[in-house]
Amino acid sequence: MKSRREFLKEAAAGAALLGTSAAAEKLAFAAPAGKSKVVIARDASLHGASTQPDEQKVLNLLDKAMAAYTGREKPVEAWKSVIPASILAGKTIGLKVNGLGGRGIATHPALILAVAERLQQAGVKAGEIVVWDQNAHFLEACGMTIGTDPSRMRCYPADSAGFDDEESQWGVAKIRLTKILTRDCAMVINLPILKDHQLAGVTFSMKNMYGVVDKPFLLHANGCNPAVADLNCIAEIREKVWFTVGDAISSVYDGGPGFHPERLWYPNALVVGEDRVAIDHTAWGMIEKQRAAAGVPTLEAAGRKPGYIATAADEAHRLGTCDPTRIRLVEV
Amino acid sequence: MRKFGPESWKLGIAVIAIAALAASAGCKKKAVDPFPPSGAVAGWEKASETRVFAAKDLWQYIDGDAEQYLAAGVVSTSTSDYKNQGQLDAVVDVYTMNDEAGARKILESGESSSAKKVQVGDAGLAYEQSVTFRKGPYLVRIVAYESTPGTEQALLELAHGVEARL
Repeated sequence: MKSRREFLKEAAAGAALLGTSAAAEKLAFAAPAGKSKVVIARDASLHGASTQPDEQKVLNLLDKAMAAYTGREKPVEAWKSVIPASILAGKTIGLKVNGLGGRGIATHPALILAVAERLQQAGVKAGEIVVWDQNAHFLEACGMTIGTDPSRMRCYPADSAGFDDEESQWGVAKIRLTKILTRDCAMVINLPILKDHQLAGVTFSMKNMYGVVDKPFLLHANGCNPAVADLNCIAEIREKVWFTVGDAISSVYDGGPGFHPERLWYPNALVVGEDRVAIDHTAWGMIEKQRAAAGVPTLEAAGRKPGYIATAADEAHRLGTCDPTRIRLVEV
Repeated sequence: MRKFGPESWKLGIAVIAIAALAASAGCKKKAVDPFPPSGAVAGWEKASETRVFAAKDLWQYIDGDAEQYLAAGVVSTSTSDYKNQGQLDAVVDVYTMNDEAGARKILESGESSSAKKVQVGDAGLAYEQSVTFRKGPYLVRIVAYESTPGTEQALLELAHGVEARL
């Protein structure tokens, strides 16, 4: 078994390799002075009378978020600046959604389809897009239909694709990864949904990686800390899942991760960025603001402070920053 | 003294086996199907197969939520989708706990100031889009995916339909 030091060394080397292609483009729209850029795009009119948001408005909101993040007004150009050309040219891109909470609080189908549409316009063939989550029921909760026709956007769950025979390990995270991540996809765009979480405090970008492993319940100790941070340090996750389009169209501010309609609220927002720690720190703030508005104690007072966020930013993990002075938050 | 031949031994073993089976059957809880079939509750159709999760597999259904049920002694969980008047979708979850105390613990943990107490089972709570009640070792949670003027009443009627089968 490799030591943590060896893993860190290898992870750093991997990051450096990745930097030669993708990060070179990313630097073009990085925030000044090394800050991590996080965009929150909102549209208060996203929901009409329906519980589902308007599809065209979600697409427009995605475009607005991507334009603010990349500085490129044309949606296709924005996506091309984020996804490395080497991946756009024939590699498979996964969309990791989250349907664990059931139909009432799952990644919205309108967002999944909007991302898929823009990817195709940027040059990705439909069959090179795979929408996936832990199991078929979770995918159905996201409004998806299971299908593997290579001429169309594919959709299949991790448990049917199978898991690696060998375990991967980083710190306390000793797991088997889904082959969708390790075998099928060159890159995965993270499409979590913002929720309160009874164990972790908040579930959003990093916590969504629990759907990548065979036995996520083994990573629940101590409020999922340091398990969430450790899991995200595993090379395949760190290097392939680096872009998040977070669904904060609707959310539960308490009682999550399951669906509790009495604690549902509508931020009507998307949260976009590459720094998964900065994104989760921002998401935590959104949850706390709503909890305060609803008269619910802070997560810390409730004994559920999401400590894994600071752990992910520490010297051992270096997954990003949770220092507000190093986050450039852009709200549009 | 009377001797016991081979036939007598066989008869004795058979009697003991039957008695053991009978005792075993008597100790088991009666098999319960808490899910009303389509039409059993006016307006409600059962819209999916029932899925059942043993305690050790509950994470496959509600990972992250499972721990509170495990701590309260859940034995198994069954779930099914329902549809009202072809429009309103809902899900019914039935948690079979070790005992009444476990069901009570979960129900009380979900209570907030906006909950209404309702007369279903031993105790029940209702919100605009959900009804939760306990009856003996069973904890039942019914959640609608949207709110319409008739949602609350329709959920209560379905709750009574489930209660009657427990």
